[in-house]
Amino acid sequence: MSASLTDDRMAQATQLQLTWWRFCRHKLALISLGVIVTFYVIAIFADFLAITDPHATDARRSYMPPQAIQLFDADGFNPHVNGLKGVRDLKTFKMTFAPDQGRKLKVVMFAHGYEYNLFGLIPTDRHLFGIEGGQPVDGIFLLGTDQLGRDVYSRLIVATRISLFIGLAGVTLSLFLGVMLGGISGLYGGWVDTIIQRVIEVVRSIPTIPLWMGLAAALPNTWSVTQVYFAITIIISLVGWTELARVVRGRFLALREEDFVIAAELAGAGQTRIIVRHMLPSFLSHIIAAVSLALPAMIVSETSLSFLGLGLRPPAISWGILLQDAQNVQVLSGAPWLLVAAAPVILVILAFNFLGDGLRDAADPYG
Amino acid sequence: MVESMGRHVLSVRDLAVEFGGDRGTLRALDGVSLDLHAGRVLGVVGESGCGKSVTARAILGILDRAGKVTGGQVLLDPGTSSQQDLVALDPNSQTMRGVRGGRIGLIFQEPMTALSVHYTVGNQIVEAIRAHRELSKADARNRAIELLGEVGIPRPESRVDAYPFQLSGGLRQRVGIAMALAADPQILIADEPTTALDVTTQAQVLALLRRLQRDKGIALMLITHDMGVIAQMADDVAVMYLGRIAEFSPVRDLFARPRHPYTRALLRSVPSIRAEPRDRLATIGGTVPHPGARPSGCAFHPRCPEVIAGRCDQSAPRPVPPLEAGAACFLNEGAA
Amino acid sequence: MLIYLARRLVLAAITCIAISILTFIIIRLPPGDFVDAYIANLASNGSVVSADQAQAMRREYGLDQPVIIQYGMWMSRVVVGDFGVSMMWRRPVTEVIGDRLWLTMAVSFSALFLTWTIALPIGIYSAVRQYSLGDYAATLLGFIGLAIPNFLLALILMYLGFRYLGLSVGGLFSPEFSQAPWSMAKAWDLAKHVPLPACVLALAGTAHQIRIMRANLLDELRRPYVVTARAKGISELHTVLKYPVRAALNPFASSIAYLFPYLVSGSIIVSLVLGLPTVGPLLLQALVAQDMFLAGTIVLLLGIMTVIGTLVSDLLLMWIEPRIRLQGRA
Repeated sequence: MSASLTDDRMAQATQLQLTWWRFCRHKLALISLGVIVTFYVIAIFADFLAITDPHATDARRSYMPPQAIQLFDADGFNPHVNGLKGVRDLKTFKMTFAPDQGRKLKVVMFAHGYEYNLFGLIPTDRHLFGIEGGQPVDGIFLLGTDQLGRDVYSRLIVATRISLFIGLAGVTLSLFLGVMLGGISGLYGGWVDTIIQRVIEVVRSIPTIPLWMGLAAALPNTWSVTQVYFAITIIISLVGWTELARVVRGRFLALREEDFVIAAELAGAGQTRIIVRHMLPSFLSHIIAAVSLALPAMIVSETSLSFLGLGLRPPAISWGILLQDAQNVQVLSGAPWLLVAAAPVILVILAFNFLGDGLRDAADPYG
Repeated sequence: MVESMGRHVLSVRDLAVEFGGDRGTLRALDGVSLDLHAGRVLGVVGESGCGKSVTARAILGILDRAGKVTGGQVLLDPGTSSQQDLVALDPNSQTMRGVRGGRIGLIFQEPMTALSVHYTVGNQIVEAIRAHRELSKADARNRAIELLGEVGIPRPESRVDAYPFQLSGGLRQRVGIAMALAADPQILIADEPTTALDVTTQAQVLALLRRLQRDKGIALMLITHDMGVIAQMADDVAVMYLGRIAEFSPVRDLFARPRHPYTRALLRSVPSIRAEPRDRLATIGGTVPHPGARPSGCAFHPRCPEVIAGRCDQSAPRPVPPLEAGAACFLNEGAA
Repeated sequence: MLIYLARRLVLAAITCIAISILTFIIIRLPPGDFVDAYIANLASNGSVVSADQAQAMRREYGLDQPVIIQYGMWMSRVVVGDFGVSMMWRRPVTEVIGDRLWLTMAVSFSALFLTWTIALPIGIYSAVRQYSLGDYAATLLGFIGLAIPNFLLALILMYLGFRYLGLSVGGLFSPEFSQAPWSMAKAWDLAKHVPLPACVLALAGTAHQIRIMRANLLDELRRPYVVTARAKGISELHTVLKYPVRAALNPFASSIAYLFPYLVSGSIIVSLVLGLPTVGPLLLQALVAQDMFLAGTIVLLLGIMTVIGTLVSDLLLMWIEPRIRLQGRA
């Protein structure tokens, strides 16, 4: 290995580049980054990836168990699912629907399905795959259906969008509060710092869930889905900012004493310039790490609130709302597939935590 | 080197220590031989990273988990019927624990961090006493007060209940010395005992060490990077470079007739009152190489002003024979 | 030390006031006031309240006064233990809450106790035997605790218990005790039911605490005072337990300050899933029914309990940390 070449590269690299190289050494964090990117891609193309309209109810297919796509039949490669047929239960005389082994529905790529706007702009009805023909009751139910006969797979995919982006929105708000208050606290010190520090201590010692529940329950019933969405975002960001403020303040305090900042001050640079040019770049990586550790907490907050029925309200679809259907043990024992929404929650929390740990190590190799 | 020497109490022979890491093993000590005699002070001097502290810890069997003694012997009471090889002992065995503190005391560099802030100094000294002596708590406490008085701490009967953070740096270092003396060891190893102190305190602590060492006939191994401390304290000096002994000689010879080019370089880098004003203080060119990238041949050759091309970079000079003054250098071999 | 103590007390008082203000906001937030809600409630039962009567009630409760005075009036009633009347139950709030608050605290404290008793030895083991099989196992447990939100864990355990063991996991009492007055038998029954919810609650905290303990202890093990202790000739176990563990205990003890609010929070949502008779389900019912005095009181009492718990942890820290005890700073 030519050591001198690496040294040259190291010497010229910026702070962020160095951080990135150190980060790439953490395999787990890199994999987690991949997982997270995949999740966000799914969120962006949610409607394209969904098969059945996530809002479409059909009482006839309530609690259908998961259904696999059969890739082969007697004629060779011929992906298909079975259609549904009504069967009368001879004891209760109730009509229930079950797969009809005789009726095959061809599964095709880029099929026409329900209409939606891609990126919220382009109206289309193309989906990654779907079935050709079939009656309204038919569909591909990869993860079964819920009580109202809605396709759990499509709902799960679409829920990704709200659950992930509410976390992002909450973190953005928290970041704004945290950076501003933490920055002021660290930069000015003195009594301003003392007050902000005490406020943080107070906020941290309040049990959060009962407070959120109180605040969320106080949102008027008449509010639209969007209004509730924003209100919930604000509520969950109210708590997350303290940790970010703590990180930012700590960095500010440390940096204020650094030689290069003092040098810039002596060179007559203005305060804004010092902060933007000299201080911000050197703790950008810390902030990114703190954000990626704060995100899962936000996502869990939304999930918990919606799970309790105090967060987002149907017809909005989020992981918490999906899990709300799984609250009852009796229901769960009959339809365990409803628990599937727990999987992406756990996966995303893990991925963000690994990513955050990797980033933190990379940003602060000695700390 | 044959005149009035005290009893031979410790003999280190060809000690080798390796540290295992992610990127292979590093050889921190490579065949170090040293000898301690009752009533004498052996100064061990060298730049940071030369293996001084590792030697001290290897002798006591308290290397970090990554470190391992891979060869050599550490003989306690060499040549007597009770001779013991410390390397052969399990570091956690009862016998080895009896040696640590009981036979060999250790004094640290950083008096602040070497004492726990969670216990009073009395508690920490009493613990050291009771690890080696069957004394009641009250007797041990009285002994601790006595020790604190002995190392020159004023009002020892009240200071015994103080926490380390309530004492000044100098007093803390005295506590450290008292603790090392708790079980009356015949051997003391002082690892840079004054580096963290200011100059006046330094002088006081050194004077105290010297007095205690003479009064009790202790064999003292004094590790330092400060040639001034060596001149003031040591009887014999071992100069270390990259895990080997570069030169060993009585202190007078070392300053008068340094044998190794490295010793000469070290001495040149000490400020002298005989220097002309505005003379630049000499520095040793280059830096200490990383132990993982040990130069071939004589490890000092890339920095040596007297390097013999084709020889020093090809083969290593003979090590200094134990108990003899000499230098591991081809220049020296030629003279011999 | 007195200064430190005074500072903590003042901070606790400020926190209590902040919580009371937030509670008051929660009570006031829903559209309409208490009297509107009360009248609507009565109307649904067929009673009619005249406009005059309504006005009289508003005056009695001070609802015609400015907000700040209303807050003052509410507070002055709260400090003497009068939390108002629950709309839903038509009984004083204190009666409705009854044992539930203590049960909440019992579950939360058990979880805290469990967190410590599990995390401490495992954290020490993990640090002392870094990269051993046990260390990896602890790390794995850490990731599981980190990744599964406690209400999901409760849900999964409920499902598994129901599906494979035919048990209904949940509740804090066996059916025969749920309405019975307190007795030794009932307390013993409670003691048998607490471990499961306590475990569910404790998992995430335990995972976190193991990580903290491990990291701190690894740090402390490298300090010179550990070498000093070894050089004295005392045994390795004694050395580790007396010095580095003692030092690593500090951040561990201070973590109770945020661990406790977190556990109380968690107990609310876990109680809902597991059907525990704590204040959790009551709070949700009250919020959904907009029974704001009941909901507000629960939020307030939980907040204050948490502040007291935090204060206790501060005192604990002061007791084990001589620097705070003697110099009033950490």
